[in-house]
Amino acid sequence: MKNVLPYLLSGISVGGQYALIAIGYTMVYGILRLINFAHGDVFMVAGILMVYISASGMPIWLAIPLTLLISVLIGFTIERVAYKPLRTAPRMSVMISAIGVSYLLQNLVLYVTGGLNKVYPTIPFISDSVTLTIFGATMTTKMVTVITPFLTIILVVALVWLINHTKIGMAMRAVSKDFETSQLMGIKINSVISTTFIIGSFLAAVGSMLYFTNYPSVIQTSGSMPGLKAFVAAVFGGIGSIPGAVIGAFIIGICENIIKGLDLILIKSGLTKKMMGLTTFSDAFTFALLIVILVVKPTGLFGEKMTDKV
Amino acid sequence: MKKQAMLGKKKLDAGMVITGLIILAVYAAVFILEQIMPSTSMLFTVLKKGATYALVAVSMNLLNGFTGIFSLGQAGFMLIGAYTFAIFTIPMESRAAVYQYYNGGILGFSLPVIPALILAGLAAAFFAFLIGLPVLRLKSDYLAIATLGFAEIMRAIFQWDKLGPLTNGSNMLHTFPNFNSFNIKNAAGETTVYLSTLIPFLIAGVCIALIVLLINSSYGRALRAIKDDEIAAEAMGVNLFHHKQLSFCISSFFAGIGGAMLAMYACTVQAKSFTTAMTYEILLIVVIGGIGSISGSCISSFLFVACSEWWLRFLDEKQVIGTFEVPLLRNGFRLVVFSIIIMIVVLFFRQGIMGTKELPDLFRRRPKTASQEAIK
Amino acid sequence: MKKILAFVLVLMMVLPALAMAEDMPVVKIGVFEPASGDSGAGGKQEMLGMQYANAETPTVEIGGTTYKVELVYADNGSSTDKAPSAAQKLVSENVSIVLGSYGSGVSIAGSPIFAQAGVPAVGVTCTNPSVTLGNTHYFRICFLDPFQAEQLAKFAVKELKADTAYCLGELGNDYDVGLIHYFKVEFEKAGGLVVDEYFQNGNADFTSFLTTAAALEADVIFAPCSLAYSALLVEQAAAQNVAIPLMGSDTWDSNVVITAASGKNVTIYASTFYAENDTPFDRGFKTWINSDPVNLTNNNGNDMISAVSAMGYDAYYVALEALKAAGSTDPKAVNEALWNVKYEGVTGAISFNEVGDAARDGAFIKTVDTANDDWKLVIVMGAE
Repeated sequence: MKNVLPYLLSGISVGGQYALIAIGYTMVYGILRLINFAHGDVFMVAGILMVYISASGMPIWLAIPLTLLISVLIGFTIERVAYKPLRTAPRMSVMISAIGVSYLLQNLVLYVTGGLNKVYPTIPFISDSVTLTIFGATMTTKMVTVITPFLTIILVVALVWLINHTKIGMAMRAVSKDFETSQLMGIKINSVISTTFIIGSFLAAVGSMLYFTNYPSVIQTSGSMPGLKAFVAAVFGGIGSIPGAVIGAFIIGICENIIKGLDLILIKSGLTKKMMGLTTFSDAFTFALLIVILVVKPTGLFGEKMTDKV
Repeated sequence: MKKQAMLGKKKLDAGMVITGLIILAVYAAVFILEQIMPSTSMLFTVLKKGATYALVAVSMNLLNGFTGIFSLGQAGFMLIGAYTFAIFTIPMESRAAVYQYYNGGILGFSLPVIPALILAGLAAAFFAFLIGLPVLRLKSDYLAIATLGFAEIMRAIFQWDKLGPLTNGSNMLHTFPNFNSFNIKNAAGETTVYLSTLIPFLIAGVCIALIVLLINSSYGRALRAIKDDEIAAEAMGVNLFHHKQLSFCISSFFAGIGGAMLAMYACTVQAKSFTTAMTYEILLIVVIGGIGSISGSCISSFLFVACSEWWLRFLDEKQVIGTFEVPLLRNGFRLVVFSIIIMIVVLFFRQGIMGTKELPDLFRRRPKTASQEAIK
Repeated sequence: MKKILAFVLVLMMVLPALAMAEDMPVVKIGVFEPASGDSGAGGKQEMLGMQYANAETPTVEIGGTTYKVELVYADNGSSTDKAPSAAQKLVSENVSIVLGSYGSGVSIAGSPIFAQAGVPAVGVTCTNPSVTLGNTHYFRICFLDPFQAEQLAKFAVKELKADTAYCLGELGNDYDVGLIHYFKVEFEKAGGLVVDEYFQNGNADFTSFLTTAAALEADVIFAPCSLAYSALLVEQAAAQNVAIPLMGSDTWDSNVVITAASGKNVTIYASTFYAENDTPFDRGFKTWINSDPVNLTNNNGNDMISAVSAMGYDAYYVALEALKAAGSTDPKAVNEALWNVKYEGVTGAISFNEVGDAARDGAFIKTVDTANDDWKLVIVMGAE
């Protein structure tokens, strides 16, 4: 246990950050049946925004809300410009539009930053080092590692409350159940969809602050792997289900970090003698897990069974 | 590019004749240009890469446009093809230098180019068969994400240190035959006949012609039926899984050959460059060309490569008109402009360049085309 | 509207022609460097050295005619799949010689393109042996991985008294993999234990790797990776309070690492080609950097001299020497002439052996002074 614990801790932390991104994927998919490939890039853009806003000399307590606000605006604009005109088009066109947006965001950031890694500003308190003692193992880590899972859970609880107990939440549920009928019932589809994108981008921006505080370097491709993994987490948990996405994200974060330490864990527990280079599979394992889950339970852990309409 | 295709049908019409002539003219032009222009010209880079991407795009179109399987695993199959080709063709005398950390690797022989190309395709098809068994039973988006995941898994496996004697670990494979090896040289080592651009055109042309023949066969009609309505197709006696598996394997076979061509184009192979971004690029090419149009995929791959590698390059550098320095131009601007162009195409020209039409359709008399549209 | 358009078009056609008419003949030197990506920061610093040299000596006399030297840039994006088309761009602009690159993988990937076009290339800081091995057109002015790794292994054993080393590199990066391979050979020869692990391209989370290193009770962490990763590694090692010294290779010798380590409790060593020593070159370079805010930005915001800048500076002069010796701008003649070029550079004497490698017998080991944000020379290895 002592050997596994530090990896578990890193895994829970990064899992929480994936969870915040995964919610955006799962909500959009639930309503539009669209894999929003640009979502990971919104996450990255939020990171870059923070870099530039705080470099302009703005105090951190102002920079954080401003970053959140602009990220939300970007998410909203993407939906209005790139997805809304394609509402009646085949689903594949919308997905391709999402890929196009992702390509555009990455290239814009490449242009602005000159393709160099930008150092993420230090956010006080959550960047501080803390020393923890759990089960006799002492570990030093950043405050953000400890805070992330709690903050994630608080945000998710708030979101679930919003969906279950408010009018807009009810509208969201109705739209995700049946797009056309809810339109007929007088639900303003467009504002519901915009709200979804706003919530998704907001959470992605919060996630980016936690993530980049831990790994303080942003480049145009920073969002693609976390984005892809968060999406896998969403599929894993059953796409459309928010608790599913969160649990999926934690599982994936933990697995990924355990794999990174697996060689050592195996050696320490006496199962193997030599390093096997298993860290190579830290990303691939996520996808292998995904394929296995999809084959065994095609709609994910908590997904609803879908029936084909002839 | 290759439309002899329609030869499969009963009779030759004007559209096909004109298309055939255009293709012949393109090949002749490629051959002649290569003899008279300096071989360092950017044009040839674009043509070589364009031919490679055309083949891969058509193979993807076979899945996405003709069978209705939304697969995002193309980069994975290209990776398999590229590695297979490279592993089998590195000359024996160079192996020690390439496999510098693995004592020259474990393979004790090397193959000529053509068998290696076919082997590359077969290896990709074999993996496609294996992965297809579980994955092809999934529905649309789930299938897309599973194939995308498969490509990532392949990338990791090929980088694994323990497979080093075969794959050279995560390191680069190089010094295998490339397109320039096809140039005919005289005794003094000077190139007398340039074939380095014509060869990729020929390889891609033959492969695309085979795909076109397949699409126009009874199998092809079954695939289209699956795309239009799976359940109806099944009711009509089309074995869904069998046909999907076939289409998946054939597409991967050609993606594998495309991967091998990409290896020949770049002269080096490394697993880390076969990312999902590469699959997205190819998907964009298919979309820009028109989903379900072979000639569209070919045309758009050349346009795509030319824009990204050549025509827009000037946007990356400072341009001065007189004393006026054009603002905004610096490294990366080319890609911004390029992605905006792509967004415009995706949003406003959803049909792509060709829609679902093919080259011969353009030269046919109007009413016929109109009636075909009407049927669709 | 039409008139204005026509006027602009005419202007566009005429002006370049006018500008060209009065100029002296131009010889083009290709700069094949990463300006973006993981190694972008290092590539830019290497380019600065060339640009400074170009500002200092903008002309060269070839065969009795004075030529203006024009640097032609191509960004290889730190990635092996972008390198061939960047190389192709240089070749299509008819450069006489190519300088670069920072990073071995991109050099190997660009190499066949230069070979096909018959253009010689001078590697500046690409240290993997396979860059120059088995070809006649690629040269290099820096030391090689086996040498560098041997010196670092010796340093770790003798000076740091290490007997367990944890090596961390990027998968598929020839530079990282090569150095770790040779380090392992040397370190194990000295009786030490080496554990090596690799991370995927684009990885940002090093916490688990550092945990492993700590759990192994390693005496030194050797991570010869690109600048982007080394900065993250330093940052996370400090956050996790990993007391093991970090050891890097020549890529680490940059103020990017200094920025990441500033004021933190980490011990960092790096081997490099050059140590700042208030020479005329150092003073001139600093003045030039400070004269233009663009240069300052490219040098990561201050005027500290990276070894790669000094190497870039020398590479430019080696190219000029080759052009002079060739007496022509024809790439083939330049290639022939390169074999016999001898040049006394700021980083030492440069001449090429039969493989095309420069004879280098010294590596500077520096450490980071985290209190004063500067490099401190520890020892010069191998120059006995």
